[in-house]
Amino acid sequence: MAAEILRATMQHIVIVVIAVAIAAAAGIPIAIAAVRHPRWGRRFLRVIDVIQTIPSLALFGFLIPLPLIGGIGVRTAIVALILYSLLPIVRNTVIGITGIDPLVREAATVMGMTDRQRLLAVELPLATPSILAGLRVATVIAIGVATIGAAIGGGGLGTLIFRGVAMVDTTRILAGALPAAGLALLADLLFSGVEKLAAKKWGSA
Amino acid sequence: MPSSVAINAVTVIAAGRPILRDVTLHIAPRESVALIGRSGAGKTTLLRLLNGLATPATGTVSIDGVPFAGDLAVRRRSIGTMLQAPALFPHRTIYDNVATVPRLLGWDEARIRTAARELLEQLELPFDRFAARFPRSLSGGEQQRAGIARAMIAAPPLLLCDEPFSAVDPLVRRELQESFIRLRDRGEVTMVFVTHDLAEALRVGERIVLVDDGAIVCDESRARFLASEHPLVRRFLDAARIPEAS
Repeated sequence: MAAEILRATMQHIVIVVIAVAIAAAAGIPIAIAAVRHPRWGRRFLRVIDVIQTIPSLALFGFLIPLPLIGGIGVRTAIVALILYSLLPIVRNTVIGITGIDPLVREAATVMGMTDRQRLLAVELPLATPSILAGLRVATVIAIGVATIGAAIGGGGLGTLIFRGVAMVDTTRILAGALPAAGLALLADLLFSGVEKLAAKKWGSA
Repeated sequence: MPSSVAINAVTVIAAGRPILRDVTLHIAPRESVALIGRSGAGKTTLLRLLNGLATPATGTVSIDGVPFAGDLAVRRRSIGTMLQAPALFPHRTIYDNVATVPRLLGWDEARIRTAARELLEQLELPFDRFAARFPRSLSGGEQQRAGIARAMIAAPPLLLCDEPFSAVDPLVRRELQESFIRLRDRGEVTMVFVTHDLAEALRVGERIVLVDDGAIVCDESRARFLASEHPLVRRFLDAARIPEAS
């Protein structure tokens, strides 16, 4: 049993890390584009807002029949987690950038920074605490939703929970649920530590 | 060589409303021009034409005879701009803030250090005490001076200031004005600044341009401005008069 829990936990972590990493790799550039083109940005945010409201079990169901990204298995679970992670990441990045003192952004422009230089030297560093907060929320949500991914063969700690439910075996349910909760708490703690460091370095005052 | 500026028949429209209407303003090298006027008159927009933050709907803006067009990033590096607040980068030390433009220009670090040290000392921000600090640990006046250093370090031939001293107390304000007057008298820079403080305009500016409702209504040397019979000029002068003690 212990070996099984450990294996499921590792699998869970891998799924979540892959999903959040891809969501961040896509979401941060999307957010930057959304800030540049506010009209499109608002529309896009509305779409991912709607995705967020789809119950996770239903979202998994919707994804299964899709070609390439769908089907039964871990890939589909990761796709669903990416979709859920996008919202907090995109939204927090947008807030982080638009929340910067407009005069500070203007100062970067009038000193002759190109858009790219301003982004890398001023906007992203100053938005970092907010971006990290988004990653934290995304990760904690993904850890929870990933347990449901087991319903479509996504693996991870959810496998133990679903098996426990089917067998009416409380111990087995807890064997999946407790590590999942522990992971979520751990992730939360880890990120708030990094956020504090970032706030210290970049002075989010 | 200080810059010359030419604004020719410029109209600026924002949100369907004209902010500036058919404005023409030529500034010769070494002039120091104060743009004054009521809030919303268009003086800040007039200034923002000169660093490309405002774009003409019609008309042209040229600096040193070269019209503004396309990507202005590189050209802005030789225009010093001070915004309403020092707007220092909060995540960078004072030194890194001051080094911004030289780094964009590709100066080597030793040259930046020498220039930053000299300029910060001149502005009474001793390099060894201030260089490594972050903006939030400085007082308002110190931040203003660091902002001046950041705008001036690469010795831009054109300096634009938008109410640069609005957030500091009158004594610090006076000191900062003095440093601008010294700068003006060295004759190495063309200065254009916006202020709603007439005393400041007359102290630092040699030429006063009064903007009202999107148009230039008076454009005179300091002495002739003081003698002007224009009603709005008289109102400004009356408003600035200090009452005698009774």
